Amino acid sequence: MHQFQYTRAADIDTALRLFTTQGTGPPPRFLAGGTTLVDLMKLDVETPAHIIDINGLGLNDIEVLPDGRTRIGALVRNADLARDERIVTRYPVLSQALLSGASAQLRNMATTGGNLLQRTRCVYFRDRAARCNKRDPGSGCDAIGGHNRNLAILGTSEHCIASNPSDMNVALMALDATVHVQSPDGKRDIALRDFYLLPGDTPQRETVLLPDELITHVSLPASAAGERSCYVKLRDRASYEFALVSAAVVLQVRDAYIQNASIALGGVGTRPWRCPSAEAELTGQAPSATIYEQAAQSALQGAVAQSENGFKIELARRCLIHTLSTALPLQ
Amino acid sequence: MSLSMHVPQPPHPNPGRPTIPPEIPPDNPPEIPPDGPPDTPPGEPPITPPHEPPTDPPREPPTQPPQSPETDQPEVDLPPAESPVRHQVSQRGISTAFRVNGVRHALTLDPRATLLDTLRESLQLTGTKKGCDHGQCGACTVHVDGKRVNACLVLAVTLHGKDVTTIEGLGNAESLHALQAAFVEHDGYQCGYCTAGQIMSAAALLHEPCGDSDDEVRELMSGNICRCGAYANIVAAIQDVRGKG
Repeated sequence: MHQFQYTRAADIDTALRLFTTQGTGPPPRFLAGGTTLVDLMKLDVETPAHIIDINGLGLNDIEVLPDGRTRIGALVRNADLARDERIVTRYPVLSQALLSGASAQLRNMATTGGNLLQRTRCVYFRDRAARCNKRDPGSGCDAIGGHNRNLAILGTSEHCIASNPSDMNVALMALDATVHVQSPDGKRDIALRDFYLLPGDTPQRETVLLPDELITHVSLPASAAGERSCYVKLRDRASYEFALVSAAVVLQVRDAYIQNASIALGGVGTRPWRCPSAEAELTGQAPSATIYEQAAQSALQGAVAQSENGFKIELARRCLIHTLSTALPLQ
Repeated sequence: MSLSMHVPQPPHPNPGRPTIPPEIPPDNPPEIPPDGPPDTPPGEPPITPPHEPPTDPPREPPTQPPQSPETDQPEVDLPPAESPVRHQVSQRGISTAFRVNGVRHALTLDPRATLLDTLRESLQLTGTKKGCDHGQCGACTVHVDGKRVNACLVLAVTLHGKDVTTIEGLGNAESLHALQAAFVEHDGYQCGYCTAGQIMSAAALLHEPCGDSDDEVRELMSGNICRCGAYANIVAAIQDVRGKG
């Protein structure tokens, strides 16, 4: 691990002020749960020169706001979020997604804000001996034509096919979450669906977040009465494994018709993958096997298979049908 | 992966160097003041109180004093800021103070040092094992403030004011924790390398929401890999202690 300067920040202003006094050189990095950053620092994939420990900032609360939204502090641990009674009741898809991820130990450590920025598990990204445009822009991509069984089929480019590994982000995407950030210049809110970038020819840029912006909260819209949601994760092992394919669905049903549908897929996209065309197939329809199949077909349109991961297209299609049928069973 | 026990260390410490790296911007001092309390014995590294001094004893305090010759009496009760320093790592680094198995340690650490390496190399608590060193095997599982974590992914300097419990704090040969006794009874190990992590994980599970079934125990124990494959007996041992066998 490379040497770095370490600073404990007691409050947000202190944490952000370090950027304005930093001068030239690489910007400091925030350390929260450490489950991604410390791991990658051990591999010398991440080599920050300055770490700002933000674990003392507070940001540990889950609040239901007067307008019905739920606001989650960036440092709320995955385990605490998953087990919170308000989350279990109002947003079961989020609780299910969190509990399907990692291990009990890692869920005690990983934070809400940190998980939004979880890095890919592409083996070439993690191996400094390999070529990787995300880690070393312009060097090439050894995953294309290499060991890519667990990598993306949606949103890829000729420069990068790395999949986003998060479970939480898939549920948050289906829930239309908003990310609240703060920088020395002020605060801004970013809709999660605008938060992640496609790799294109700059796979090193994964989000619209600027280096001096700190995620302070994530908020969820009020859950509607009668909302049905579900998360299904398919993987090589029954537990403690990243998704080959996962699906999060949130359905609002009224008078036996689907009024509104939100669908996101995990394990298949270069970012948590929202599926607007599949949602359109379901909206205003009575649930049926035909409608579910049409939605799933639509969700996978444009999928591109690599040398080892073509199976994911059919697996994702079936996963989505299964998830819809679990959230809203057919009579 | 190497199983090397190497701890990242800066060049040989110069005793004359300050304990806080000088490159920290002077207008952004760390929370720990550069000087210890006035009653700090001269010549010792600065000691500062934890941010929020824990007032409760560890959930499962040791029933016997630790066997380590460096720790004559565990400080189970609230350690005041001026409590004696048990261990010192006199190298250039970051000052931090936290409790391990009820004993307060004021340390000056290279910020790269993980909790796992600090336990094993600085505090000689070698019951916690290093397997993958990347949060994938669970061999290094310990409790921080009562919650199980992978010690290999925790930078020790982030633990200021925290309460750490390791396998040495759970029980000992004369007075086994119920889980330790159950692992013996049910033969819940073969080579034993993962066992400390398995037991620490299981000890936390006892206080977590977990259904009655074996499958639910397996799910919540999936972060602890046993290369020998003693899983069936590990589940039996845990269920025995839970009264769900």
